[in-house]
Amino acid sequence: MALDEYQKRDFKIIGTRPQRPDGIDKVTGRAQYGADFYLPGMLTGKLLRSPHAHARIKSIDISAAAALQGVKAVVTGNDFPGGAKGDTLDVQDHCLARNVALYDGHAVAAVAATSAKIAQAALELIKVDYEILPHVTSIEAAMPTGAPLVQEGRRGRKIPEEYSDNCTGMCEFGHGDLDAGFAKADLIIERTFKTSSTHQGYIEPNACLANMGPDGRADMWCCTQGHFQVRNLCAQMMGMDQSALRVTASEIGGGFGGKTTVFIEPVALLLSRKANLPVKMVMSREEVFKASGPTVASLTDVKIGMTKDGVITAADALIRYEGGAWPNMTIFPGAQSAFACYDLSAVRAQGLNFLTNRPLQAAYRAPGAPQSIYAVEAVVDELALELGLDPIDVRLKNAARKGTKSSYGPTYDEIGLIPLLEAAKAHPHYTAPLGPNQGRGLSSGFWFNFGGETCVSLAIDFDGSVTLVEGNPDIGGSRASMSMMAAEELGIPYEKVRTIVADTASLGHNEVTHGSRVTFSVGLATIKAARAAIKEMCRRAAKTWGIDEEAVVWEDGYAKPAGANAGDHEPLSLAQIAAKSSRTGGPIVGHHEVMAEGAGVSFGVHICDIEVDPETGFTKVLRYTVLQDAGKAIHPDYVEGQMQGGAVQGIGWALNEEYIYGEDGRLQNAGFLDYRIPVASDLPKIDTVILEIPNPGHPYGVRGVGETGIVPPLAAISNAMSHAINVRMSELPMSPPRVLKAIKDKG
Amino acid sequence: MSKIHVSTTINGDPTEFLCEADESLLDVLRDRLQLTGAKEGCASGDCGACSVEVDGRLVCSCLVLGAEAEGAEISTIEGVANGEDLHPIQRKILEHAALQCGVCTPGIIVAAKNLLAKNPDPTETEIRYWLAGNLCRCTGYDKIITAVMDAAAEMRGA
Repeated sequence: MALDEYQKRDFKIIGTRPQRPDGIDKVTGRAQYGADFYLPGMLTGKLLRSPHAHARIKSIDISAAAALQGVKAVVTGNDFPGGAKGDTLDVQDHCLARNVALYDGHAVAAVAATSAKIAQAALELIKVDYEILPHVTSIEAAMPTGAPLVQEGRRGRKIPEEYSDNCTGMCEFGHGDLDAGFAKADLIIERTFKTSSTHQGYIEPNACLANMGPDGRADMWCCTQGHFQVRNLCAQMMGMDQSALRVTASEIGGGFGGKTTVFIEPVALLLSRKANLPVKMVMSREEVFKASGPTVASLTDVKIGMTKDGVITAADALIRYEGGAWPNMTIFPGAQSAFACYDLSAVRAQGLNFLTNRPLQAAYRAPGAPQSIYAVEAVVDELALELGLDPIDVRLKNAARKGTKSSYGPTYDEIGLIPLLEAAKAHPHYTAPLGPNQGRGLSSGFWFNFGGETCVSLAIDFDGSVTLVEGNPDIGGSRASMSMMAAEELGIPYEKVRTIVADTASLGHNEVTHGSRVTFSVGLATIKAARAAIKEMCRRAAKTWGIDEEAVVWEDGYAKPAGANAGDHEPLSLAQIAAKSSRTGGPIVGHHEVMAEGAGVSFGVHICDIEVDPETGFTKVLRYTVLQDAGKAIHPDYVEGQMQGGAVQGIGWALNEEYIYGEDGRLQNAGFLDYRIPVASDLPKIDTVILEIPNPGHPYGVRGVGETGIVPPLAAISNAMSHAINVRMSELPMSPPRVLKAIKDKG
Repeated sequence: MSKIHVSTTINGDPTEFLCEADESLLDVLRDRLQLTGAKEGCASGDCGACSVEVDGRLVCSCLVLGAEAEGAEISTIEGVANGEDLHPIQRKILEHAALQCGVCTPGIIVAAKNLLAKNPDPTETEIRYWLAGNLCRCTGYDKIITAVMDAAAEMRGA
């Protein structure tokens, strides 16, 4: 696909703020989420979970549970037929253990019964004989040789000898001569930073309803970011044809990356197959925390050299992640994004991943980037402070721009980082006065953005309305954006387009709603599908008028003769052409299938003011400003929403949120009371500034906006903290006890 | 164990149901009465997604027993709009795009309506503290607070 898709134009609908099509359902309680589906004869499925961090399952006796009245099926991980291989087998084992329980909360057996109460009683009748094994739940403990081994045979290739067999992979990116670069520096700062594992914290627990018939075909309703992915994973685990399983995505109550894989869905299918009845499973909040995927925890060394006038001469990072008991690839985006904001002549970012006895990590908004960029942005801030330079000037001096060879390889096209930094510097927030115990911090952020498999179908209905069929769950208003793009292209009112998210039997494969890909990729496919429909409508008009189709143009919802030579014909509206379509060749449908490329990278800059109570260590966020490049904001309200929501998740990560494991390897805070996400009274207004530097790879210039917003808050707040308390903290979250200790240790 | 027979009023309609002694009002609303607008986000009273009013008092329905509904007036999200006419809070939530996934939205609307009935002119801080029991992970609350303030102003005729 060409990278010159973008064409400047004036928009009628793009950039306005119409109400979302699913809005009324969502303010009246009618919208159906994962747990809101019911079927006649439906059973309740529940999971038995390991209380141990690491234990061999010597035996499981399900006989008493199976004999309980009302119990219709009991299964273990060994009931899967064995079709899953590789990564899919790891995901299956994470859903339901075979032979070894690898973390506190790992499911070891499942029951389906006629009521939740009976299912719970049955779980208590299952006898599991565990042999407890040594466990490890932190990077520091998992790293050295001699550490308790989480799984055998998982050591990655070319791992340095100093690391244990828990090290599953290593990666390295960069270019230039580091030694020569550091030799040119006037000041070199090297620091180590830690971040805790955090959870996506979606308010809707994972839920599904599986219905498998004796013919081996099945339907499933579930809340997911990607129902095609659910279908493909489950089909492989169940040994089914993909076409034998139809998955319908419910409305989704938040995901943030956490609902890009499966947890209970394959188990519900296994139970439904055994019981020959529909089975509904809904995770409790405790299960969500314990057994769905949080983000990786990190331990990162960063070393940066700078001249006294603020030029970075060399930058090096060693990024270590743990993402639970199975390998994962998050070190790749982590290492690739670490220095993505900078134009560097000598740079290296290395990544290492370690296994621990924790749930398998799942994507969480810009997976891997917040942790590594936090460490880099904190060191850049410290260098600026030590050298007496303005932190924005330092960033401007070294900022990546068009033509920069990025630290991870590609050379950037048009990007928005410099305009963002300039806008931040000019923003009144940046120069507003601060009081005692207050500090201001700043950070840049980055995310790659993705494209991927995408297909849509756009039907011109007989009455002139339009049905757009897409295959990506709408997680933040994307149906509104798709309807807007279709309406803009067709030249009809927004209200005339209905966008629906189709099930897996109604469209070809669509990549998961992730990577900030949907407005870009599905938008691109929608525009192309609309153009295909327009071409056909022009052909129908040409046929009606008896002229060549090349002599017909489409303008503002009408087919018109291209010029005087085409003859004098009254323009035909979309509705007029649609009404006659049966007589001019049949239904009119535009469609487009693409492996979308050309997703423009995304940058953001955040400014944050905090005040620290020196007596309690409590941090109040006083003022927060998010600046981000959207390429083109299709629906600015929902772009702002992504920026605000991402920023607040980052604030939670920086100040409060963490997975706390005890010495016994058990998770100690698996609930919203003890794992405290930000509430309304914790926060100020989150101001937003949208910049629009068009992405050359999208017809309207769209860049994804979903991920970048969570990246800068970690360092922005950390940098504000060092100005407020005059101590550079190096571990997140900066919870009150840690801040108080830092203040006291300073003396 | 035999079930408990409960007579109550839900959104103005007389309603009867049978429930277990330990069954929450939330489970009754959702699983027995198919009023699924109230959501279970935590079942521990921390997230507010299951907010309803019992005799005018804002509660987490996951922390109330179904049996406690006997003789009470229950109001849920399904009763907030009057037919096609949305409540001002519902309209303002839509106008200000104060939702993304929308799963917390029913609880937020019920809680905000309860606040404005008591305090028609709340400050931004009062709204933030009142809604501190309603978790939203998508929006950062900014647009929700704006929408509630705007709804309050409209309802006051300001």
